[in-house]
Parts: sequence; C-alpha cells; structure tokens
Amino acid sequence: MTALSPFRLTACLLLASLLARPGVAQDRLRADAPNDWLIQDATVLTVTNGTIENGDILVRDGDIAEIGQDLSAPGGVQTYDASGEFVMPGIIDAHQHFGISDVNEATNPVTAEVGVGDVLDPYDVSLYRGLAGGVTAAHVMHGSANPIGGRNETIKLRYGATNPDALKIEAAPRTVKLALGENPTRVHGEGRDIQPSTRMGVEQVIRDALTEARRYQEAKDAYQNGERDRPPEHSERLEVLAGVLSGDIIPHVHSYRADELMMLMNVLEDFGVQDVVFQHVNEGFKVAPELAEFGDDGAGASVFSDWWAYKFEVYYSTAYNAAILTENDVLTSLNSDIPGEQRDMYLQAAKTKRYGDLTDTEALKLITINPARQLGIADRTGSIEEGKDADLAIFSEHPLSVYTKPQRTYVDGVVRFDHEDDPDDMRLRVDPEGTVDLARDGAYGRTDANSCLHGAFLQATESGVTLEDADQWNH
Amino acid sequence: MLSFFFDRRSIRPLGLFAVLLATGLVLAPSSAEAQKQPGVQGPFALTNAQIIQTPTDTIDTGTIVIRDETIAAVGPNVTPPDDARVLDADGRTVYPGLIDSGTQLGLQEVGSLSETIDHNEIGDLTSNMEALTAVNPNSVSIPVTRVHGITTVLTEPTEGLLPGVAALVSLHGYTPQQMHEGGVELTKLDYPSTGRYGPSDDRSPQAIEKETKKALDKLNEVWDKAERYAQIDSAVAAEPEDRRRPKYLPSMQALIPVVRGERPLLIEANTASDISSALDWAEERGVIDQVILSGALEGWRIADEIAAADVPVLVGPIMQPPSRDSDRYDKAYRNPALLHEAGVTVALRTNNVENVRNLPFHAGFAASHGLGKTEALRAVTTTPAEIFGVSDRIGTIEEGKRANLFVTDGDAFQPATDVEHLFIDGYKVPLESRHSKLFEEFLNRTPGLEK
Repeated sequence: MTALSPFRLTACLLLASLLARPGVAQDRLRADAPNDWLIQDATVLTVTNGTIENGDILVRDGDIAEIGQDLSAPGGVQTYDASGEFVMPGIIDAHQHFGISDVNEATNPVTAEVGVGDVLDPYDVSLYRGLAGGVTAAHVMHGSANPIGGRNETIKLRYGATNPDALKIEAAPRTVKLALGENPTRVHGEGRDIQPSTRMGVEQVIRDALTEARRYQEAKDAYQNGERDRPPEHSERLEVLAGVLSGDIIPHVHSYRADELMMLMNVLEDFGVQDVVFQHVNEGFKVAPELAEFGDDGAGASVFSDWWAYKFEVYYSTAYNAAILTENDVLTSLNSDIPGEQRDMYLQAAKTKRYGDLTDTEALKLITINPARQLGIADRTGSIEEGKDADLAIFSEHPLSVYTKPQRTYVDGVVRFDHEDDPDDMRLRVDPEGTVDLARDGAYGRTDANSCLHGAFLQATESGVTLEDADQWNH
Repeated sequence: MLSFFFDRRSIRPLGLFAVLLATGLVLAPSSAEAQKQPGVQGPFALTNAQIIQTPTDTIDTGTIVIRDETIAAVGPNVTPPDDARVLDADGRTVYPGLIDSGTQLGLQEVGSLSETIDHNEIGDLTSNMEALTAVNPNSVSIPVTRVHGITTVLTEPTEGLLPGVAALVSLHGYTPQQMHEGGVELTKLDYPSTGRYGPSDDRSPQAIEKETKKALDKLNEVWDKAERYAQIDSAVAAEPEDRRRPKYLPSMQALIPVVRGERPLLIEANTASDISSALDWAEERGVIDQVILSGALEGWRIADEIAAADVPVLVGPIMQPPSRDSDRYDKAYRNPALLHEAGVTVALRTNNVENVRNLPFHAGFAASHGLGKTEALRAVTTTPAEIFGVSDRIGTIEEGKRANLFVTDGDAFQPATDVEHLFIDGYKVPLESRHSKLFEEFLNRTPGLEK
C-alpha cells in the first residue's frame, strides 16, 4: 500500500463516496448482509472439542448459537449446504502489517506513544485477500525499527466497513511492540549513530524506559495519595509504558536469538511483568524450557513456519521450531507478517506435520486458539464453541491439505468471502494517486514487502540519514 | 561405509530400526566433525514400490535397480541383483527427482549479508558471469532443499540487463563441476521492466516509461554490437591469417553462442506488456527459437500470444499475490493452469534460495488451481528436463536415466508426507539438514531448565 497522509486518506474516502456505484458498492460493503445462518452437513473442526462429522452450526445475530447434527433453521435464518466441506475456526494471524498506512515511527529508540490503530486503512485489499485465505482476525503491528515501538491493534477483517474503527476488536487487550537484535541496532546504531548499536544497548534502552515509567507511575501515585503537590507532567509515552508495568498492555517482542530472549525475560522479571509474547523468535527452540517457565503462564511464541537465512540472526534456524516449542509446552502460534503472505496460513500450519509430526489439531491450534490466547481474545474467537463469535472458515477439503480451497469466510456471522461471488477487482476504492494500475514486477520476494522495517527508510531520510535498501531487512 | 547407507540419525528411530533389522545392518559411531554426511553408492534395489515412472505412467508394484549413477532396471518383474542392497519400499511411492526451473541456490548464504551473495555482479552488462563458478557445494541451503525430493535446480545470476549465465545443477557433489547437470547453460536477459519493484517503488508512470525506453535502447545497442562482434569473430576464424583479431570484449564474447543460435536465451519478464515486448524483440532479433521465458507473473493475460510464439515458460513463484490490486487474489496460483490451457509449455520455479524446498507446495497450489496433479508433476519433472534439453538424462524413472529419485509415504506435494529415501546421481543421500539436526538436538534439550 502506498502510504497515505491523514489528509489524503480523507480525500480518498470522499472520492470513494462520490465515485462508488451504489449497486456494486453495496454488495462489497456487506452493509445489510445477514448474520443469521445455518451451516449444514460439514465436517466441523472445532479445534477445542474435537471433530463433528455431518455437523451443523447455527449462527444467530453473529454468534455461534448451537453446534450439533440435524439442526433446523428457524425462520429468517439462511442455510448453507456445506456437505463434503470442512469448517474450521476463522484463522487468526498474530503478526501482520496490512490494513495500515504507516508501519514504523523510526525516529527514536522509544516511541510507545504512537499506535497503528490511528492509521488503519479499511480500503486495503490485503484484508480481502486474508479473508480469501480463511483469515478473520489479525494483530496489526508497529514495525521493528525501535527497541520500543508503538502500540499494535487487534482487528477483525471486516472488509467492506469503511470506518477504520469498525475493524477494531475493542475488547482486545492493548499490546505494544518491542524489538531486539539486528533491526533496532541497524536503524539507530548504524543508521543514526546513536544507541543502541549492540544487543547490550537494546537492553539498556528498554531498562531505562521502563525505569522512567516506574518513576512516573510512582509520582502519579504519590500525587493521588497527597504525598506530592502536583502530578508529573503528562507523557503519553510513559503512560503506555506504565501500562506495560501494570500488566494492562502486553509486550509483543520482535526477537530472534536465544540470548536476547533470555535478556528480555530477565528484564521483564525485574520489572514484575508476567505476560509477554515473542514474535518471530526463530531461536525460541533453543530456550523452549525457559520460555515455558516464564511468569505465571509462560511466554508466548509466534513464529514463521519456515522462514530463515534472510539475515544472519536467522541463519541458525529450524523449520521444526513450532514443533519443538509445542512439545515443550510453549503457547505457540504461526504468523505471516508480510502483506501478501496472509493468504495461505493453513498451508503454513500443515508444514508442522512434516516438520515435527504435529497432530492435525495441534497444527490447527497454531493458527486459531493459540494466537487468540496470545492476543487475549480467546473468549470470543479462535475455536468453534457455542457463545463465541461466528468467525468461521469453510474449505473444500481438509484445511491441512495442499489441495484445499477456501469456500466461504464468515466474520461475526457475515459472509465476507464467498468463492462463488468473487469478482476479479475487489477494491473498494481506486487510489487517486495511483490512477495507472501498474503491475508489480514479478521478481517477488519477501524483500519487496511492506513488513516490519518498512518506513524506516523514508523516516531516516527525512532526518538526514540514508539507510540504503532498508526494505531488505524486513522482519 | 555401510554405516552411511542409512540416515543414521533419522527422526524416526522405530522405522530406522525396522529397516536395519530387515537388512542386517548396524549403526556405526557418528562422526560429529563431518560438515555433512556423505552419500553412498549402490548398487541398490528398491522393491515392492509404487513407481511413478512418468507423470502418466505408474507401476503399481515394482522394483528399481540403481547401479553407479544410473537406473539399471525398472519394472514390475525385475529381480534384484545379488550384489544389490535391497530396500523394501512396500506401501511407499517412488517419484522422479523434482526440478526447480529458477533459483539462486548455492549463490547466496544469508540474504542480508552481501559478503555471502554471489549472484549479483556489478554492472548492466555482465553476460560473461557464470553462475556455476560461484555455486557453493557446501551451502547449508542445499541439504535443506533436497530432503524434499528436489534433486536438480536451475541457478541464476541476477541484476543488470544481461546478468550472466545460469546453470543447471544437481544437488549432490563436492565441486560445482561435479554438480553441473548435463552441461546445461543458459544466457540470462532481464528484460527491461515496466512493473514496480514493490510497495516502496513510487516512481511516476512517466519516469518508469522513460527508464524502460532507455533500457530497451541500451539492449538494442548491446545486441547490435554482439551481432557485429560475432560476425567479426566468424570472419577472423575463417581467415585467421588475413584478419586482425578484434579487441577482446568478454561480455560480447559470452554472447556469441546466443547470437549464433547455439545457446538458449532465458528471458525474465513479468508484466504482460513486457512479455509481449520481449517476444517481439526476440522475433526481430531472430532468437525467438532459443527463448525460454522466466517469471511470467502476468503470462495469463497474454497466454494466447505466448502460445503462438511457441516459447516455453518457467512460471513462478506460484504462491505469491497477484501483480495488481485489481486482480483476483488467486491469479498467481492460476497462472500455470491458464497458460497450460492456452497451449503453453509450463515448468515451475520458486525464484528462491533458502526456501526452494517449498517447490512441492507451489506445485500443489498450481495443481489445485486448475493445472491438475498430473500436469503439475510434469511441470517439475519431465517438462523442465525437456526445456533444458536433458530429457535423455533426468525427469523420469526409466532405464538408463540418472538415478534421481525419492521415496515417500504419500503424495509428494502434501505437507504431511515424509520423504524416506533420496537418491541423486545414484548416491543415496542422507535425509538430514541443519533444520533436522537442530530438531534432534533441541526437542528434548539436555540440560533442560536445571544444569
């Protein structure tokens, strides 16, 4: 996606409303789409409660009302014949950068005050492409340029909604991005000649920031208790970090090497932080027992299925990472990170059957209930259970088969992808800046993509620093 | 030597034990110093196997005899020779080794470290660069790739107008020359592109047009020069006494075989208009019969035109988003099928390095998106062998062919399938890689939490 300034985004919204042909637009917006359904005769992969053959799912008002066999459709409820097909919980992508117009506030080693929730772009067709791969929710993250980046946003893929706020899962716990290793040391140390330029520096930047936040909170508390005349000067940055210390905001930490995982766990322990999810965590397998032992419930790990060797800190990787972590009782999920890669997460999950012989259920958990738990939304989504949101993905064959194809994707009971009603051009607007629909050249690599470090290049250039090929170090 | 015959540190100890019992072999002490376990030669006999000889020709139960580097015999009624080591493949399927028609495997170790990258020489005109020279036989990515049954890859130079010469390599051997398959070399042309490099490419359409035109002018200038250089070379060769040799221009010298029609020209083009322009260019230059098209992400838009030009296409990667926001999400997956339906000869490529291993899954996606399993298998076996002119050597399981094959417990394109044995050039290659070794070391780490 081309980066849009707020002003330009507003202009786009305005233009879209002027240009949209009502008939077509209405359909794609799914404004009046029903959210009462009876899905019939499917193989239902509940993930948390086994498999139901010839199963029915009754959806009422966007929630899963009943799961069973031979259910009947109450009046006004539409039916979908899913015989021969497989229904699984909507896939949850624990790490993505789609649906936002900016990724990195790469101007300072600590930028906890910013949040990608402020730059959501509901028009990003990547959201639709996620739906076309059975994805219903995603953790849209700040980039990895800074040891402490900005806040992330947990969204549902309600593609068709034009209000950015409509994507947000309001009840989801807030999270903030941290980043260790090569990305922050390259951006700040190498690129700007300031700390951190080493993994030692990364630790101290984080310790400094958390210490400041603790003092800030202590000053606020002292003011409230009457021990201080004035409150400390308001700092949004320190408010967010104080939220980390209180456990209200969960750190999601871009990390690769085993030593830096140990470092961060030690830091968090010193500050009394119990919950953390490590992202990418390619060397998580080396310290799996330590991850499982962390805090009250263990540290979470959200990993790639098989990416490695794109930079040095992922050279000593193994595609068996997810299996080793799972076998060592670490709460583990898979993620796709890069817009464009969100379409085939079911295949990525299937690879864990080759790399470590995980069971079907274990493999499916990596893209459903496990990321839901890591994101604190497991009470609403991530499995097929009565009372949960009707976030469902229907496949032609078992979703772990390479030959399967997504048929329908429901978000809150609304069909937002249907392979039988899937025109070529699913854009909701045409970017006035991109009037010529130029093709991306097909020399496709992850290096082209709008991922963790995207934006660092431009930001750093504006501050007078050149970071050549910043796109190259992307995760 | 017998000890190397099996994958001693197989992640399936029970299965290994059963095989060892069956063949009366014992484990030898491990040699931890070895960088990788070497392969061993036979003769071998794979018995009771389902044998996919070609994509359309399967033996339900048969035997394959491997002697030296070749398949000595294959058929339903072949008797294992007395000196062969017998592997019972009952309930297993044997596939011909898979071929990836476009990678940079062996030419890059770590993506962000230029010291470890050898496929991108400086300059627009580096047609004399030979990929084979820089193939590192000990690249960590090679074992990682071949354990999925991939035995052969085209490995290519990148960047610049004429980046150099690509080579077909076999994924077993200790020198680039040992790995060179059938002596196959292709000169690569990165056709001037009107597409965008990626999301960060914000050039205006006018700027792109201008740059493309400049690059195309440059290409024509280079080709004029190459044709003249070849003419002079011929003239000198005809009358060496009477003519003065021209100044030696390595990049021109390297283009002589292409200009003379003796070597294929691998043209990478992806945007529809670029493919179209490339075909016109090749026609005008009289090299169209040598052209192999690579990439072709938007090939489906002009499939009839490509079919009419009668050039084969190395399509991929398959698992990528479409080239335009306005295209359906699955256009890249359907591209091989749409080209095939139009009558184009299609092989598949990953255009990758460390994850060339995903070739079977790219093929599976192509299969489910219209190509079908048989054609998808062709596109990673017989078709590339034909395109590269080595169908007398590789691509099928037939007597006299090189013994490039692998044994699975199921469909080779399915992620859940395990590869159980692998042979390359007649060598039984251990199924281990950095990834499997780390798994073995760390699944149950010792010491665990307490030292």
